[in-house]
Amino acid sequence: MADAQREDAAETDTPNANDAQEKTSNSTMVEDSSTTLLKRMEITVAEAEKRTGKKAVNMQETYTVYLIETRPSSAVNEGQSVAPDALWRRYSEFELLRNYLLVTYPFIVVPPLPEKRAEFVWHKLSADNMDPDFVERRRVGLETFLLRVASHPVMSNDKIFYHFLMQERGWKEVVYDTGFQAKADSRLRALNATFRVKNPDKRFMEMKHYSDELQAITSQLLRARARVADRLYGVYKVHGNYGRVFSEWSAIEKEMGDGLQSAGHHMDAYAASIDDILEEEEHYADQIKEYLFFAEALRAVCRKHELSQYELETASLDLTSKKLQREELATGIVRTFSFKGMTTKLFGQETADQREARLKLLEEQIDEGEETVREKTAECEEHVHSGWEDMQRFKEQKDRDLREAFINYAYMQMSMCKKGIQMWSNAKECFSKM
Amino acid sequence: MSGNVADSAVSPTTPAQTIPADLSGQMLELDEDDDLEVFSKDTTNTDGGSFNASMQTSPGSMINQYKFDEEEEEEDPGAKDLFITVDNPESHITTIETFITYRVVTKTTRSEFDSSEYEVRRRYQDFLWLRGRLEEAHPTLIVHPLPEKFVMKGMVERFNDDFIETRRRALHHFLNRIAEHPILSCNEDLKVFLSAQAWELASHKKQGPGFLSRMGETVRAVAASVRGVKNRPEEFNSIQEYVESFSQKMTSLDRITQRIVKEEREYLEEMKEYAPTYTLWSGSEEELAEPLKGVANCLDRCFQETEGQVRQLSDCLAPTLHEYVLSTDTLKAVLRRRDNMQAELEAKNEALAAKRADRDALKEEIDKLEDRVEWANNALKGDWSRWQRSMRSDLKDAFVSTAQKNVDYYEKVRVTHLKPPQPHHTFDTRLVSITL
Repeated sequence: MADAQREDAAETDTPNANDAQEKTSNSTMVEDSSTTLLKRMEITVAEAEKRTGKKAVNMQETYTVYLIETRPSSAVNEGQSVAPDALWRRYSEFELLRNYLLVTYPFIVVPPLPEKRAEFVWHKLSADNMDPDFVERRRVGLETFLLRVASHPVMSNDKIFYHFLMQERGWKEVVYDTGFQAKADSRLRALNATFRVKNPDKRFMEMKHYSDELQAITSQLLRARARVADRLYGVYKVHGNYGRVFSEWSAIEKEMGDGLQSAGHHMDAYAASIDDILEEEEHYADQIKEYLFFAEALRAVCRKHELSQYELETASLDLTSKKLQREELATGIVRTFSFKGMTTKLFGQETADQREARLKLLEEQIDEGEETVREKTAECEEHVHSGWEDMQRFKEQKDRDLREAFINYAYMQMSMCKKGIQMWSNAKECFSKM
Repeated sequence: MSGNVADSAVSPTTPAQTIPADLSGQMLELDEDDDLEVFSKDTTNTDGGSFNASMQTSPGSMINQYKFDEEEEEEDPGAKDLFITVDNPESHITTIETFITYRVVTKTTRSEFDSSEYEVRRRYQDFLWLRGRLEEAHPTLIVHPLPEKFVMKGMVERFNDDFIETRRRALHHFLNRIAEHPILSCNEDLKVFLSAQAWELASHKKQGPGFLSRMGETVRAVAASVRGVKNRPEEFNSIQEYVESFSQKMTSLDRITQRIVKEEREYLEEMKEYAPTYTLWSGSEEELAEPLKGVANCLDRCFQETEGQVRQLSDCLAPTLHEYVLSTDTLKAVLRRRDNMQAELEAKNEALAAKRADRDALKEEIDKLEDRVEWANNALKGDWSRWQRSMRSDLKDAFVSTAQKNVDYYEKVRVTHLKPPQPHHTFDTRLVSITL
């Protein structure tokens, strides 16, 4: 199934790749390419394995590593059986990669990782990170993450990302060398701060509002779904008791015995069928979950805009105020309150030299300020442009993905109904023979 | 269990009577009073007063009533001549109490009834009275159980609609089982119950076997149960064993069904919260609004259909199972009473052998007792056969209709999901957008 997908991928074009090239002045680009990494390379997270290792304080820990395999697409297409390049990574390394991407590309809605801890569990699902089902679903989620990054017009060309896929040792050092960690901290602080922006881009504000709604609604949906799954599990499983009792009952009956016995088997089958049904539904839940986390990433892009805009506004205000001070100094007309002005009034006029010095300082500050404003304006504009573009791309992707998810959900329900019909029809036949 | 009682040897001890061999379709009474009165049936006599509460017929003539073969599945529907329905529950409020009455409609071609149609209103207490009278009159016949007075579990109150409907069904079933029974359907109290006006019934209720005779009965019963029976016929042993097992199974099934109902009700509660999230979400989306509303719609349908499914379980399957749990109590009681009769006989035989009392009087008593025990055994065997057939039929119907309801449920839900268009790929949907 997956292979067929990737072959389809070789045919289609990525429309945004070219645009992204021109706009991004990112020095971490690997090479000029008109296609994303995914076109040239097949990526899978093939396996998961448990490891035990020593932590820094000489304590043992058990963790899971995931095998990333890569193969050039050309080889796959030509049907050559090429041994893949492979390396092992653990979840924390994926987190590191994602943090790097978040800081480096603040205008991109960065795909989320699968959840760190199992949330929205219903009673059968283990909340334990070492549980094999959890690990398997995480493996799938990590693969999705890599594929999404590799197919992004901008991110797919990132050097650090490439190294993540290709170079097991020393990758961490390379990442830290980029110095992104420092930016990461300030970014976090900025995102969490409250500040008032006077003229944010309306579209970004709407998008932020939407991301809040999306986060709230998907969260509610997932919680409700988990509870429904829990109840449905109960309903099906109780029917298993019918199987047991029918079997016992058939032992004391003559004419009814056969009918009861076979009906009992169908009850057992019915009770068992819920396991597969709910496992399939977990995939659906994972798809919704991805977009719950995507909502956060979307919000981050909007917040970054607010931050840029705020910094620009602050810089502009500061520049205006400095210019006004200069004007006052030059003309002697005091329009604004200033401490200097007050002390002057109280302690007398300053000398011409003093004024000269102050004026010079102001001029320097104004020059700096204008430079800052220019930078900030450019930064803001660029972020608005690239960010809006990526948000559009994200919106289309979301609509496609979720539409498919809902359709598949409907098919899952239908399949469940078909199974139910079959089982109860069989049971009915057995009962009729009672 | 053989229902063919014609094989058993019976020696009628009562003087000749003009009772014909085939008594089906005629109303006769059997009373456990020791004075064996003979009743002569005159078919031209349409006077309702020709019936007496304490009538009896000899065991010999009753034999033919129990000519059931094992192959005979159901009684000939054409022979049914007493049709009863219980419906139309109504609330009555008085200063003292509030109670429900049910309309009981009887249609019959039996000549013992003055009219061919009756419509009366009865309350639960009246049914209780009737059943008590039937059990008194025929302690070794299997009388179908009544729904319980109170239901402790769940949130059922006496005047809850579901509870009333469930009770109505059980009362209807009860009267129909009585009507099908060749002996019980001829009971005088039943006739009064079906045909009398409220005040007539009330005055009739006040009559009944005297206090003393009831006392005598109780004393005998207690004495007998203390004694214990020594030589219980093997077939009654197997019935006893079966009833023990069956009782456990029914109780389990009843409990399981109640549990399913509970789980489904909780599932419905959660669905109430779940389905609207899709509708809520559709308000924030453009492209996705349509598929979201589609999912919400399907879930709503699922919710409605599940409600129907729960009703089937709680209105049909659970009450039927419960009826049979109750009926095992009846079976146990009937077996006990039969045992007591036999124990009494054995005790008297022992006394005879020990020459402790007046031989002649004792001999006469023993003869009568033997007849009674013989009759009771045959009657019970016959009733046991009929009980098994009813049980099989009732439970089969209940389970078949439950299975059918489930099939219907899944069909209806499946159809609502049929509207969405084909997806591009069945599972790896995430790759669709990634690779585009």
